[in-house]
Amino acid sequence: MSVDTVSLSGWGRTAPTTAVRFRPRTHEEAAAAVRGRGPRGVIARGLGRSPGDAAQNAGGSVLDLTGLARIGGVDASGALHCDAGVSLERLLRVLLPLGWLPPVVPGTGRVTVGGAIASDLPGLDHRRSGSFARHVSALELLTADGEVRTVLPGTALFDATAGGLGLTGVILGATLRLRRVPTALMSVSTERAEDLDDLLARFTAGGDRLPYASAWIDLTARGRATGRGILTRGEHATPDMRPAHAGRTLLSPRSGGARGRFRLPGCPPVPGGLFGPAPAALYNEVRYRGAPRARTGELRPVGAFFHAADAYPDANLLYGRGGLVRYRFTVGYGQEETLHRVVRRIAGRRGPAVRAVLQRFGAADPGGLSFAAPGWSLALDLPAALPGLARFLDDVDEEVAAAGGRVCLAKDSRMRPEAAAAMYPGLAGFQELRARLDPTEAFRSDLSRRLGL
Amino acid sequence: MKDAFGAPQSLLVLGGTSEIALATARRLIALRTRRVWLAGRPSPALESAAAELRGRGADVRTVDFDALDSASHEVVLGKVFAEGDIDVVLMAFGVLGDQARDEEEPMAAVRVAQTNYTGAVSAGLVCAGALQAQGHGSLVVLSSVAGERARRADFIYGSSKAGLDAFAQGLGDALQGTGVQVMVVRPGFVRTRATAGRPEQPLATGPEEVAAAIVTGLRRRSETVWVPGSLRVVMAALRHVPRPLFRRLPV
Ligand SMILES: Cc1cc2nc3c(=O)[nH]c(=O)nc-3n(C[C@H](O)[C@H](O)[C@H](O)COP(=O)(O)OP(=O)(O)OC[C@H]3O[C@@H](n4cnc5c(N)ncnc54)[C@H](O)[C@@H]3O)c2cc1C
Ligand SMILES: NC(=O)c1ccc[n+]([C@@H]2O[C@H](COP(=O)([O-])OP(=O)(O)OC[C@H]3O[C@@H](n4cnc5c(N)ncnc54)[C@H](OP(=O)(O)O)[C@@H]3O)[C@@H](O)[C@H]2O)c1
Repeated sequence: MSVDTVSLSGWGRTAPTTAVRFRPRTHEEAAAAVRGRGPRGVIARGLGRSPGDAAQNAGGSVLDLTGLARIGGVDASGALHCDAGVSLERLLRVLLPLGWLPPVVPGTGRVTVGGAIASDLPGLDHRRSGSFARHVSALELLTADGEVRTVLPGTALFDATAGGLGLTGVILGATLRLRRVPTALMSVSTERAEDLDDLLARFTAGGDRLPYASAWIDLTARGRATGRGILTRGEHATPDMRPAHAGRTLLSPRSGGARGRFRLPGCPPVPGGLFGPAPAALYNEVRYRGAPRARTGELRPVGAFFHAADAYPDANLLYGRGGLVRYRFTVGYGQEETLHRVVRRIAGRRGPAVRAVLQRFGAADPGGLSFAAPGWSLALDLPAALPGLARFLDDVDEEVAAAGGRVCLAKDSRMRPEAAAAMYPGLAGFQELRARLDPTEAFRSDLSRRLGL
Repeated sequence: MKDAFGAPQSLLVLGGTSEIALATARRLIALRTRRVWLAGRPSPALESAAAELRGRGADVRTVDFDALDSASHEVVLGKVFAEGDIDVVLMAFGVLGDQARDEEEPMAAVRVAQTNYTGAVSAGLVCAGALQAQGHGSLVVLSSVAGERARRADFIYGSSKAGLDAFAQGLGDALQGTGVQVMVVRPGFVRTRATAGRPEQPLATGPEEVAAAIVTGLRRRSETVWVPGSLRVVMAALRHVPRPLFRRLPV
């Protein structure tokens, strides 16, 4: 097991801290690292894609799980056992030719199965499928005593671990229920919406016929165009939809058809932090105008549909030394006015907001600290160096809380502890379970210290 | 823990009655700071400073700390760190001295040097060690432009700050990669109790300006902060002025 002392930060590159990093290759090595932890505890880390400080532990130990990355076989029912350090990107690459897909696919494939469970990722089809942990039929959890337990859905420990940000223990492996897909292609519909009302209406209008849906909002547009955007929806293409020359390798994401015929997905990222608001507005204008007014039935490879951003170099580097803050919140249906107000306020600030994604959630997940709840979810990337951003986000926190909404903990890097407590009624129960199971607080992170989780 | 904007949740002030430090503490409390330690020589002023910060919603405690008693620093500051993480240590103690008297009374001059320099060396090393064990935190050191180039008018104070400044820079380099940041703050003339009655110099500021610059420096994770910022250029030029000419400058 390799051990080194490193400075770690999240994907947003804010608030780096130093810890001793262990890279276990076996369960025994992981257990030894947990047993041998120092007074400042230990936390698991996947690919470090969480934008905030969830996967760092100042002065303590960090268990980098990416060395534990075996993938088992898929049984007939679509159950698959894999190690927690496997990335979803790799799972997708391995499974797609076999006609399977990870149950929930987030906006980047560069996250681990452990990270996906620990932040209970909601996918683009949350209304249909719920978040990631719903599709986990068992997981192996390394707890403070150094023992490995099998944790089953429906138990308190499972619900605390789903979305539990690594604070209940280290997930070593999980059994996932995969989704069967007919082809490696998505049938995609794209439409432009003139303003936020139009966007919300279009979102709702199609029902859930196309289960995967998300929209990009142009947060630099003002006046009548405030909240305009592009809505993208998709479903798995069936064999009869495939382009004639795609040939026999329909399930392979690297088939000639997929390579040659399809443009690079989406738009390349631009340096939101380095550029001022004017280039950001120009970029958004081009992106908006460049999208089709309405197009249906376009075929895209699965990888390109879900992980458009992964095709480009990491966008977080473009935010300069100050790094980026990702802010993701959700408000319930009926609270559209709050969404409007927040979008108007951000647009009014003329900030260089380039990445802004709107999604729709279905029923809340069982996880005690899971993020998703029925309603709208908006995710923004903002340069941390933006003047006045700290206070501005505090104000938005208050608006979101007043509307009964919540801000995503897995992405957080700046919330007030009181705000987190107010937004997550499940927190008290979570803390109680932790106090009982792990009285010495073996599992700790910078996030848990900062928010008092 | 500090948030993405470098705003700390806990603060330790060494020199708990310093006007610059208290102005900084007020700003940090308005952001995220909830736990504050004011370390200083026991006095009613220290207690009333604590009471004032409590009124702003922080949990404030005072602790006896004498910069001149270097031998005690490890124990005194060790106790503070044992009570919980400290995100920012603000080293603000210091005495200006009285140049004319200090030239006459060597022991008085030594006290200036011991407070500003040796006191800071022991306290700085103790805090650096504790921060390093935490794996995070900032040590903010109040140096001065007076240390950048010794002047006839205050070279005793200036030389102590020069020593402090060099020490802090070296410490910052030594702590690279440990998660601990050392920030050297070099204010010019600041209108405070300490400078009351002295002739004001060009580019003078107030404690609020220094406090604002410290908060910005924490956000940017700066290594050096000049207050006002224009002093960086001014001092870069003054540094290279030949001595015969420098002696005659009205600075
Ligand atoms: C470009 C981009 C797009 C994204 N899109 C989405 C999206 O569409 N939807 C969404 O919900 N999120 C999204 N995210 C966020 C990201 O997917 C999550 O934060 C995810 O948890 C990161 O996984 P990771 O493996 O990198 O985990 P890390 O960032 O390393 O860790 C995240 C948390 O999981 C815990 N953890 C990791 N591994 C384990 C383990 N084995 N056992 C126990 N705890 C563990 C850590 O302690 C930490 O609390 C996106 C991020 C990026 C950078
Ligand atoms: N004011 C300026 O123009 C200026 C300019 C550049 C740099 N600075 C530096 O900035 C720092 C703060 O300045 P300020 O203007 O805020 O000064 P201040 O208000 O006079 O504060 C100085 C602080 O140092 C403390 N102190 C002095 N001797 C001590 C000792 N032996 N042990 C413990 N504490 C001791 C004082 O505590 P008591 O209450 O116990 O005396 C007081 O809290 C100082 O280091 C100063 O040199 C000031």
